[in-house]
Amino acid sequence: MTDATLKIAPTGPPARRRIARAVLRGLLYLLLVLFVAYYILPLFVMAITSLKSLDEIRAGSLMSLPQSVSLISWATAWSSACAGIQCEGLQPFFWNSVKMVVPAVFLSTFLGAVNGYALSHWRFRGANLIFALMLFGCFIPFQVVLLPMARTLGLLGLAGSLSGLVLVHVIYGLGFTTLFFRNYYVTIPLELVKAAKIDGAGFFTIFFRIFLPLSPPIIVVTVIWQFTQIWNDFLFGVSFSQAGTQPVTVALNNIVNSTTGVKEYNVDMAAAIIAGLPTLIVYVLAGKYFIRGLTAGSVKG
Amino acid sequence: MTGQRDPILKIEGLTKSFHDVHVLMDINLSIEEGAFLVLVGPSGCGKSTLLNCVAGLEAQTSGRILIGGRDMTRVAPKDRDIAMVFQSYALYPNMSVARNITFGMKVRGATRAQQKSALEKVAGMLKIDHLLDRRPAQLSGGQRQRVAMGRALVRQPKLFLLDEPLSNLDAKLRVEMRAEIKRLHRALGATIVYVTHDQTEAMSLATEVAVMEGGVIAQLGPPQQVYDYPVNTFVAGFIGSPAMNFVDGRIRTDGGVVRIAVALDGAVQEFRADHYPFADGIEDGAEVVLGIRPEYVTGAGHSADEPGVALDLIPTLVETNGFDQHVNLALGDSDISGRFSPREQIRIGTPVRTRIDLSQMSVFDRRTRRRL
Repeated sequence: MTDATLKIAPTGPPARRRIARAVLRGLLYLLLVLFVAYYILPLFVMAITSLKSLDEIRAGSLMSLPQSVSLISWATAWSSACAGIQCEGLQPFFWNSVKMVVPAVFLSTFLGAVNGYALSHWRFRGANLIFALMLFGCFIPFQVVLLPMARTLGLLGLAGSLSGLVLVHVIYGLGFTTLFFRNYYVTIPLELVKAAKIDGAGFFTIFFRIFLPLSPPIIVVTVIWQFTQIWNDFLFGVSFSQAGTQPVTVALNNIVNSTTGVKEYNVDMAAAIIAGLPTLIVYVLAGKYFIRGLTAGSVKG
Repeated sequence: MTGQRDPILKIEGLTKSFHDVHVLMDINLSIEEGAFLVLVGPSGCGKSTLLNCVAGLEAQTSGRILIGGRDMTRVAPKDRDIAMVFQSYALYPNMSVARNITFGMKVRGATRAQQKSALEKVAGMLKIDHLLDRRPAQLSGGQRQRVAMGRALVRQPKLFLLDEPLSNLDAKLRVEMRAEIKRLHRALGATIVYVTHDQTEAMSLATEVAVMEGGVIAQLGPPQQVYDYPVNTFVAGFIGSPAMNFVDGRIRTDGGVVRIAVALDGAVQEFRADHYPFADGIEDGAEVVLGIRPEYVTGAGHSADEPGVALDLIPTLVETNGFDQHVNLALGDSDISGRFSPREQIRIGTPVRTRIDLSQMSVFDRRTRRRL
């Protein structure tokens, strides 16, 4: 028993400790399950409600499963629900959102990458000040800039157009995307740029040939972030669009709020799920890269 | 200068300041083709800044840098005909070894055939043929070092700049790569400027050493000369390991004979210093510092006719390294370090007969710290 002295002395009989550990573990799982239920419940209610008929919704309780599954309300929400006076469903607005989100995400991510690269590796005079101002821009509430932005879009001749919305979202995203890329690129050694300069590469050669190939983790983070922000935005969408250029969030609001007579909860729920689906899909597909990318800057790999 | 070739690198009155901080002050130097110049000094002495200025990665505040006789002030790094190796190797992580090495050629528009033949030559020279398809992350430290060297060699520049290239390697590899760099230098007849804080590297590699301190070059010369005749106490203490011993003394010149009085172990001892090549006139009573290298503090035989002073000193620390023993001995308030034969029995606290050979000492002014 000489080696017993090397072990840490047990604090109690092993059986009791094992039971205590099992109980703690059980409590932990219980807590986690409760949290999962708390977060999933609204989505669950939305999903089952969208599958019920209107009669069943009026009769049954909120939580009961549908007696007969029907996808009619989904079809209605997609192609024939009335948003205001227009009764084409979410479809045209959904494509508006896609046409807005794709260029806005691409441009803001690309420009953020160039900005972050310049701010972290081409330290020009005033670089810190510019970075500080861009960060400051992240914290300005949207409402503050509505009027000046409307005026600017008017002067540019972009008022009410999808291009105008793209511009607004690109400008608003730049602060965040620059922050993401700058913080990622500062972990890349300065000597890499020095070596490339001596090798004869210029600003953009270094960016495209060396920095971009190292960037996929942070690109995924930025794309998810920007996609979610822009897709879910309502305020800019409602302020800077007009009939025909409204994004899906605005249309959803109109469908839900402008129902006359009977309130079609099943259609509303289906429409809400359709409007939220793209961000969910993006997160499910790229979620693991999102977590990885968020921690990539702090733990150097 | 008539009849001589232009120096490959010439630096004239170079200064570099960041706002109010003077990093480099009035640097002047010039090296010939095939030279191996090592810039050595403690961190913060400006040696890396100087190298970056030569590379063009940082702009000098004033002064001129000439490479191959051409003023480089307004020339971009890529057009200076230089190659650089960095401490972190700075290999492009997303490219294979082969593409790392040929990237510079590719950017400059070399053909595939040119790239391939240059790559093969360099890979053979550095014995990295079998690694060409790997990524830097899949290489060991020593292999990365070789690839970084390859990237510099492939372009056959006029001037190689190496910034602490061995600092990230373990001790054994460092010695190996040191020999490798020396071999390449000889084989290619390359001109190299090499920055290090390691004086051993400086001594073993250089044909010329520039010891830097606080933004100036304290001393520039061949390694042995810098070792034997340091110009001030900083250079004396920085070059050599274990470091040079410093002992306070006083000059006495009565009777036409120069003597130096030193308080050794309580009693003041005087000894003749006629042999010492004092640069300037010396004054009676001048306070000086004697610099004595540890290899001149050794065990004494019993015969009286050995040169120097023999004393009984008490060891305070003994370090054995196989080929000799490094011993600290109490001398007055401070210690003096010496090198003893490994055969000698030395015990801490037991006095040992020590001979201090003063024929190879350096004498410095105690106030200005400069060599006399």
